[in-house]
Amino acid sequence: MPSDLAIRPQATRRRPPTAHALGQNAGLILAACILLLCIVGFAAMFRIEQQRLPGNFEITSTVNNTMPLALAAIGQAIVVLTRGIDLSVGGVIDLTNALGAIWLTGSVPHMIGVSLLIVLIGALAGLFNGLLVGLGRLQPIVVTLATLSIFQGLAIRVLPQPGGAVPPGYTDVLVNTDQPTALLFLAIAVIGWMILRRSRLGVGIFAIGNDESSAVALGVNAMRTKIAAYMIGGALYALAGLFLAANATAGDATTGDGYTLTSIVAVVLGGVNLFGGRGSAVGAICGAFITTMIVNILFFAHINPLYQSFYEGLFLVIAVVFGALIGRLVRRRT
Amino acid sequence: MKAEAPDPPPAIAAIAVSKSFGGVRALRDASFAARAGEVHALVGENGAGKSTLIKLLGGRLQPDAGAIQRDGQPIRLGGPAEAAAHGIATVFQELTLLPWMTVAENLLIGREPRSALGLIRRSSLAPRAESVLADLGIHHIDPRALAADVSLAERQIIEIARVLIRKPRVLLLDEPTSSLVEREVEWLFARIRGLGEQGTAVVFTSHRWKEIISIADRITIFRNGAEVGTFTAIDEAEAITLMTGQQVETLYPARTPVSADARPALELSDASVNGSARISLALAAGEILGVGGLAGQGHRELFLGLFGAPALRHGTIRIGGAPAHIASPADAIRASLGIALVPEDRKSEGLLLPLPVRDNLTLPILSRLSRLGVIRGALERRMSKEMIERLGIRTPSAVQPVGALSGGNQQKVLVGRWLLAESRILLLYDVTRGVDIATKHEIYELMMRLAAEGKAILFYSSDTEELAQLCHRVLVLRDGRIAAELVPPALTAEAIVAASMHDAAGHDPEMPGAETQAIHAE
Repeated sequence: MPSDLAIRPQATRRRPPTAHALGQNAGLILAACILLLCIVGFAAMFRIEQQRLPGNFEITSTVNNTMPLALAAIGQAIVVLTRGIDLSVGGVIDLTNALGAIWLTGSVPHMIGVSLLIVLIGALAGLFNGLLVGLGRLQPIVVTLATLSIFQGLAIRVLPQPGGAVPPGYTDVLVNTDQPTALLFLAIAVIGWMILRRSRLGVGIFAIGNDESSAVALGVNAMRTKIAAYMIGGALYALAGLFLAANATAGDATTGDGYTLTSIVAVVLGGVNLFGGRGSAVGAICGAFITTMIVNILFFAHINPLYQSFYEGLFLVIAVVFGALIGRLVRRRT
Repeated sequence: MKAEAPDPPPAIAAIAVSKSFGGVRALRDASFAARAGEVHALVGENGAGKSTLIKLLGGRLQPDAGAIQRDGQPIRLGGPAEAAAHGIATVFQELTLLPWMTVAENLLIGREPRSALGLIRRSSLAPRAESVLADLGIHHIDPRALAADVSLAERQIIEIARVLIRKPRVLLLDEPTSSLVEREVEWLFARIRGLGEQGTAVVFTSHRWKEIISIADRITIFRNGAEVGTFTAIDEAEAITLMTGQQVETLYPARTPVSADARPALELSDASVNGSARISLALAAGEILGVGGLAGQGHRELFLGLFGAPALRHGTIRIGGAPAHIASPADAIRASLGIALVPEDRKSEGLLLPLPVRDNLTLPILSRLSRLGVIRGALERRMSKEMIERLGIRTPSAVQPVGALSGGNQQKVLVGRWLLAESRILLLYDVTRGVDIATKHEIYELMMRLAAEGKAILFYSSDTEELAQLCHRVLVLRDGRIAAELVPPALTAEAIVAASMHDAAGHDPEMPGAETQAIHAE
């Protein structure tokens, strides 16, 4: 009676661990490569135009301009990993940006308290989405399309006209215009991601994105996991709203509208699979930076700003096709 | 003295449980009990309620009425997690692996190695998985591979291993052997016996009678959502009679002889399924030609290749004596060739589950049923009705969605589709996998009838007994070449197994070096 499943030796030959790691992170690696290409391309064009390489100012402003999108993209990635999608990103950013413009005044402790409160409000917005999706078992795209409008409406109600004044000190902490210190916040976000990836919740997020009914059979609480994913997303969008307010030193109840689509673009460019279960927040951050770098490159290429979205779209299509081709090659080798 | 001591309560029991799904009663006042340390088989037709019972015992579903008891204590199972807390673990029939996660992540989900901070040590996942797999005697599965990239049999092994390492007190297995070959089944049974010796109650379902009698201490038969009886020994015909309520003499119908002057329907020469080894075969009209061997030896490629999905590299195909070019399924289906493939995975490779039986039957012949591009409804209804009756497809009506039928009846719909399309060559690929014994019997009889009508049938099955009993000849594939050809009386299940492991005596092994190339060529 065999207690061993011994199979002929050639069947036990294995691919080395690094080959697995490369194949399983192809999306992330591709995103990082595209980002590198964009940076090199930008530096080259900058050099041609300005006879010097981009310096501290350019790096700082690029980082500061990308922060809101990077944060929103991490949130979007976490939701997409559960096989969901969050269209309410723009509404939550609008709302939290407007609240920030009004509330951020006075003493340091007050501003810290207000910031935390606004992040909490973002999380509550996510809770609302999560309850409808997780508990109500409604389709994420419908739920978040509806709540997008709701949050946009609330934002207009809070701040009917662009305005408010964010204290310079607040701006200096979040988006220091002299040094790219905002990278520190990004590092914190990446550490947060790594912790999430190594937690029960993180396993649950990936598991339900892979196959929800299997995940449930394996003891994952799908409802709680989804609610948590949308809440983390909401909190990150709120942070994006605060960074936008700090960047503009004022608030605007429509400033976040574009982030619904750009966060999805960043997630796709970052190699996160829209069908869930595959991808990483680090990829989403790369995707966000790629999106900004392309705008910068188009600027230096003297592309008429009216055609900007045409080229952005073109680039997105090329990147996605390229990614799919690479993905197919990698899978064929296995 | 001890004899008067009452029996210990059963490790797991269902008492008068009922469960309905949208008006259909899957279980009605069904009772079942398994003792600690026994291996208890649940048998019955598909739809008899076995899977539903397993799901109730495993906490996947909750009963509408009745109770579940563990060691005599009533328990309420809200979900699989609560069942696990009671020491109950299930290997589900539909595989629950997470495709884009690694084997290690799948195996260790919920019990990952953690650091002092409580975070999962991702770098330790693969080594830990490697060692727990080795403890179970599994050395050939790479824990770093994605679950989507390992074979069906390996996935089933992982599924089983994941449950075994949790050392359950009650182990529920719903058709654990359906994708396993002989040697893997033996491995599983060795594990099951080991668990039984340690006092675990093992409940399992299977449609392979040989397996049931070889491992089960007791057998409970289900019919129409309730138990018929529990037996310690019962023979096959009697069991089938109890399962179906109809008298059945033998499981395997007698072969109809192939006429000596039968024309060759399909000739394949010098084809390759893996780029190196070559296969030649000839299939006569009215013949059932079996193809056997271990999983992954090129059967799938051969069957798909003859169907043009994708085409075989190298080699020539002759249909009815004339050379044929098959580059795509559309070529194979074309009336001049008349080749039909009935695959194992009917859900993803054949049927449109939400559509009615009728539409699934007439899909490939719609152009023939149409006049000026409009389908002639009356003709379509008549033809599909005739086919449903001819094949004995059990469906409430022709407009029932195919997805609502049992697996065996879904297979019949696929066969019916190709009969309507007037296919002359049927490629049946593991069509009885996961099909209950009674429906298997009907499929066997159907095969015999079709062969008698002059259809040429190429038949692969993971059940070697089936091959041995039904086929006129069996070719055993190994490493993409024909390792042996068996004809009665030498055609036995044992001979097929022997030939799939090593070359049959007297057979000249071609190309000694081919083995290693075979696996790795693409």
